[in-house]
Amino acid sequence: MPETKKNQGIVLRVAEIIIDELKLEDITAGTFNPDMDLVDELGIDSMDLATIALVLQDEFKITIDEDDYPKLKTVQLICEYIEEKLAAGN
Amino acid sequence: MKTVSSLLDPIWYERYKRISHLNIRSSIYDVTNRCNLRCKGCFFFSSGEHHVTEEMDLKKWEAFIDKEKARGVNLAILIGGEPTLCMDRVEAFYNRLPTYLATNGLIKISRDRFPDMMVGISLWGGGDDEKILRGQDTFAVSSKNYEGDPYTYYLYTVTPKQVGKIEPVIRRIADCGLKVHLQLLSNDEGVDGFSWRPEELRDLRFEMDEMLDAFPQTVISSKYYHEVITTGMMLGRHFGWNECPSVTESMDHRRPPVRRLIHFYRWAADLQTSHRCCTSATRDCATCKDGAAHMSWIMVNKRAHIVSTKDLQNWIEVYEMFAKLYRLIPW
Repeated sequence: MPETKKNQGIVLRVAEIIIDELKLEDITAGTFNPDMDLVDELGIDSMDLATIALVLQDEFKITIDEDDYPKLKTVQLICEYIEEKLAAGN
Repeated sequence: MKTVSSLLDPIWYERYKRISHLNIRSSIYDVTNRCNLRCKGCFFFSSGEHHVTEEMDLKKWEAFIDKEKARGVNLAILIGGEPTLCMDRVEAFYNRLPTYLATNGLIKISRDRFPDMMVGISLWGGGDDEKILRGQDTFAVSSKNYEGDPYTYYLYTVTPKQVGKIEPVIRRIADCGLKVHLQLLSNDEGVDGFSWRPEELRDLRFEMDEMLDAFPQTVISSKYYHEVITTGMMLGRHFGWNECPSVTESMDHRRPPVRRLIHFYRWAADLQTSHRCCTSATRDCATCKDGAAHMSWIMVNKRAHIVSTKDLQNWIEVYEMFAKLYRLIPW
């Protein structure tokens, strides 16, 4: 699969997970801006992040260190983080 | 979908961003089982929380605090007993973590030793109430010890008997150059006449609002906090065990999971026992009036407030109040 499409797939799945876990309304994975700041715009906090991280860990079979939470500021950055983990064999 | 910036004008949005990344990880520590007062209604003694063997080895305290820091704690809240009876333990915290000291103010801490440590002095009303509940008018002593101190405020626990009478207390605090934050007595020991009636809570809410308006440079508070702590309601929800965010993490088996303070613990002075929550495990959560628990309740429910401009502004004001009380942002 081309790199951009592969990345797009992860972007959409991460956006879906965030929408489901935070029970966001009036938005779909397709309309979710991957560069939107999750803290400054959506108002997520560390408990939300912990919940999302648990689902991401199960979904992508990776481990997410709590110290890394501050890096996970946007859907795009979460995707890049997941890709790095997958590339490094977690 | 409601976003933060869609609800706030640029000034409020900047205020939001100033606090939204603070990422506080607080825990509470009983520094000692001893106290130089025996106050009626003090949850620490009324619930028997002092019945643990106090750790006396300072090295063990230091190792414990290092472990707490490694666990992610970035704000140590020291209570007791009276922490100033054990200054070496206080210093061990202060040298390792941002530290807040809750004291009755009878013993003056050295600002040479603790130059910027936040200090909260407990106050249970005017002189008469203090004599009934605490055996003496502690304000007379603490106000001399801490007059004009830029890192000290009074934590004024208002009692039902104080309703309609808090203005002179606030004025005395303003006159000695200190700040004040208000919370309500929970009357754990059922002292006669010190339990809240609905009309007293209603009157107190508006009196607290008036004090915030009249003494904006002295009172660190917010009207939304006044509403929530006096009604026990937030966004149509009742405060209680199923909502409280200040439960020790290892004792929190509530299902579904409750929005809570991440990694919060309250440790006893033996450094092994943990208490259920930030106050007494014998307290009825439905009538708990603990100020910190109520403000934390609001703070951990941020997204629930991203509904309207007013709701989000209310949340910001409470978070700012918390941040000011610990000097995470300026007064």
